[in-house]
This record gives sequence, C-alpha cells and structure tokens, in this order.
Amino acid sequence: MVELVRKLPVPQRRLPASPVTLLLAAACIFLIIGSVRSTIFAQLTVAGVATGVVFGSLALALVLIYRATEVINFAQGEMAMACVYFAYQLMQWGLSYWAAFFLTLAIAFIFGVVTQQVFIRPVQHRSVIAVVIVTVGLFILIDGLVEWKWSASTRFMQAPFGNAVYHLGSVPIARQQIGTIIIVLLCVLALWSFFRFTKVGLGMRAGALRPAAARLVGVRTNALLAVGWGLAAVLGAVAGLMTEPSQYVLSPTLMQPVLLYAFAAAVLGGLESPGGALVGGIALGIFLNLVGQYWPFVGSVLQLPVAFAALVVVLLIKPTGLFGHRTVRKV
Amino acid sequence: MTALLELQDVYARYGPVTALHGVSLTVGEGEIVAVLGANGAGKTTTLRAVSNTVQREGDIRFAGSRLRGGPESVARLGVAHVPEGRGTFAELTVWENLRLGAYTRRGSLKDDFARVHSYFPWLEERRYQQAGTLSGGEQQMLALARAFMQRPRLLLLDEPSLGLAPLLVTEVFRIVKELNENEGVTVLVVEQNAHIALQVAQAAYVLEVGRVALFGPSAELQRHESVRRSYLGY
Repeated sequence: MVELVRKLPVPQRRLPASPVTLLLAAACIFLIIGSVRSTIFAQLTVAGVATGVVFGSLALALVLIYRATEVINFAQGEMAMACVYFAYQLMQWGLSYWAAFFLTLAIAFIFGVVTQQVFIRPVQHRSVIAVVIVTVGLFILIDGLVEWKWSASTRFMQAPFGNAVYHLGSVPIARQQIGTIIIVLLCVLALWSFFRFTKVGLGMRAGALRPAAARLVGVRTNALLAVGWGLAAVLGAVAGLMTEPSQYVLSPTLMQPVLLYAFAAAVLGGLESPGGALVGGIALGIFLNLVGQYWPFVGSVLQLPVAFAALVVVLLIKPTGLFGHRTVRKV
Repeated sequence: MTALLELQDVYARYGPVTALHGVSLTVGEGEIVAVLGANGAGKTTTLRAVSNTVQREGDIRFAGSRLRGGPESVARLGVAHVPEGRGTFAELTVWENLRLGAYTRRGSLKDDFARVHSYFPWLEERRYQQAGTLSGGEQQMLALARAFMQRPRLLLLDEPSLGLAPLLVTEVFRIVKELNENEGVTVLVVEQNAHIALQVAQAAYVLEVGRVALFGPSAELQRHESVRRSYLGY
C-alpha cells in the first residue's frame, strides 16, 4: 500500500489567485512608467510607499490578532500611540533615539502581553462582541491615561532620520521615507521569520488554525495568545514611531487616522492574510497620495472618504479582499 | 503487567447531556486495548475524558498519578491523542505537522524524523506538501506519524479506520501494531470496525450508552455470542 501511495504525483503548491496577481502587476507597471515619465509622480509614489508601509504595519498587527482570536482590536492604534509616548519619555530621560526605539519595542511587547492577560483573557470565552467592547473600552482608557500623564497638548520629538534628501536620478527622496520603509520591512521580515522558522511561531500558527488540535499536541494556546498580543503591540509601536516623524508633532490623536487607514488596508488585503495587509497598506498609501495630487477635487480633505469609497468598490468585486479566500467551515 | 491508564467510575457531560455513566477501564503498559460500541455509546467521549477535552468527573490515573490540567498538560505527560477527524493542520505542510507532533519535546529531532520516515517513507518526499491535499489514508498515516513524533507512552486513537478503504484500514492497523511492538507504545483505540480491532488488540471493552457492557480478552470477545451478532455480523 505504501508503494502505491508513493507513486502518486506530487501536487504543486497553489499559486495566489491569478486575477489579483495580474492586477498588482499592472499597478506596478503603471507606477514604474509614471515614475519614469514624471519626477513628481515618482516622489509621490515613494512617499506613498513610506506612509503605506506604516498603514501596513498597523494593519498587520490587526490581522495578527484577528487570525488568532477573530476579533478586531480597536485599541491597536491607541496602544501604538501610548508606546510613542513611552519612547518620548525615555528620550526625555536622556536616551538616544535608537536606544529609546528598541527599549520601547521591548516595553510594547510586555504592554501587549499584560493587556491580553488582564483585560482580554477574562472575557475571551464569552462572545466576540464582548471582546470587541473591551477593546473599545481600552481605546478610551489608554487615551485617558495618556492625557492624564502627558496632557493633550502637542509635544516635539527628536527626528530619527534627519532632513537629508537623496537623489535617485532626478528624483529627490527624503531620507526619512527610505528609513521608514527599511525599518518597517525589517520588522515585518523578522516577524515572518519568527512565524516561519521557530517552534513557538509554528505553535502560534497551529493555535490560530485549530486551537483544539493544537492543545492536543501540547501547544499552550492561552500563553501564545498573549505572545500574539505582544507581537501585535510591537508592530503597532513600530507604526507609531514611524508615523510621528511624518506628523512632526506628538499628540494623543496621533494614531487615530492611521488606525482607520489600517482597518481599510487589512480589509483590502483580506483580513486573514498578513501579506495582504502589507500590500493593502502600500496600495492605499500610494493611492491616497496620487489621488490627492492629480484629482484636485479630492485635495487633502476628502482623502479618507475617497479611500473608503475605493475600498467598497474593491469589496463589491471581491468580497473576501485581495488575498482572502472563502473559508468553508465544517460543523 | 502494571496499569498505565486507569479510569475509575468516570462520568462525562456535554452541557446537560451525560455521555459517560461511570466507566471504569484499565490499560496495561505495553498493551493494545480497544473500545468498541455503536454510535453514541461514549467511545470518543472516553478518549476525551482522558485528554480532558470534555467536562468529566471521576478518577483517571496515568502511570499511577491523577491526570490533571488541560489537554496541553496531558500531552506533556506523554499522552498522544489522535482525535476524531485526525487533528491534521490542513493548511500547514507535512513537515510542519510532524514538527508539531514533537512540540512538547526538546533537543534534536533528527533521529525521530529518521524513524518516522522508516515507517512512512513517502512522508519525506512530501514534506513540503500541504497536509490538506493528502488523501484520507495518507492523512491517517500522517496523524499516526505526528503522534509518534511526540514519543508518547500512551497513544489514544479515535476511529482510525473511518472513511478508509479496507486495504488501508489493514495497513493502518499493521503500523499501529508495529509501533506497539517495536517502540513499546501503549495504545487505547476506539473503533467501529470491531473485526480488525479485535484482531490487533489484546483486550477490548464494549460500551453501551455510556456504560461498560462487556470486557475481556479479544479472543474471548470474538467468540462471544452478542458481540458476534452486534459488532462482527456473523
């Protein structure tokens, strides 16, 4: 029998849905041609990628928690904002930017773990809506605590990348944008490697896919959910720390618009797909920049509604998002 | 022979429905023991009571001490439970499924992979294939291999023959017997296919509506009038 089994052909791994791949390829070609023909277009595209990876990073945090618990964490943006304040405080105490940056990521991890254990775990086995309401409560709580500790007035932080501008051919690119893109992509790569190559990462994926079966092989799913919240908080902190320099000021509302765009990016990518969240974020960043420039009617005021209108159009055509697939649940 | 697993007057409930009404059974170290019975007799629930994935009461002892804690703790004590539907992680690769089997273990797994591949040679060349794309028989083999990666003292198997062609059923049970003989794994197997289960197991329990109706050595049960009529069909 084993002989018989061995002779069967080895099926190929499934490629991502081809219309989406084609669409993305077309978009890339469009962007490249546009960038070659127009310096402004190229600048807007790079700036769009820089804001887009930040949306993508926060969207990834949302997807991470959604995959593990099927809940959207509405407090993700405020957690990220609080982390930026932690970094601010550390710098006030005399740490250099990068020392504060990495220390903040460590604090963010603990922050996420503690938040999950204290606020989410007690309601986790109730309904999804209960958890969602707790995350909304967390949003308000964190907002309030930050305002109480640091006040709502704006603050100024040291810029991580300075004001240098590089020139790629005739296209000027700010060092800050390149820095943002590199930092976020490095973090995403680190996270991906963690999930792909470590035992705990594998356990987390298994726990998200089939919690009951994962527990049977000895995966401590409850502890790993907390780790998931920790990692999501780290991604959020990266997004926050990379948002701050583009806004130039720090205030408690720093991440609120970013969170909305991150929602859009996550849904665009398919909510279940980490790669989709990142691609969705980048697509959204570029789209917003180009529309704001070339469609004067939109300007900067109507960007958010236009982004959501575009999202609705995409979802009408492909309800599961770009990289989502319909899950068939067996009862 | 010392008892590896002992259930003493175990009750189990799904919400308001009681599925086990005081089941007692003993599995000796190194034995293969079968649990037979019709649908709804409580076979699956018996295994679930051991791995603590159902609300239960009563005394369950593993290697002399009471089994406590959730399924992940039970797994860490050396109990591998292949549940109904095989517990395959369909979206993960074959290799990842095997690696998850050894989740509770530390140190190098090289020898373990080599031994698993000696039992299931085809698993090696399929290691990057998504487990969900395997056939039913292959998935059952993968589930066995995954359980084996855990190096369990006790293997709980839930209906390994379900949905398999007769030839594959024989193959699955041949491997179970081999694991038992060569590796010293104790097996508690739940089965509807009484015919093959009684061939492989040394002893069997017959459950009827949540109670042990009958137990004894397989040879004796095979001759037993009501077992023959109800479960063997001759």
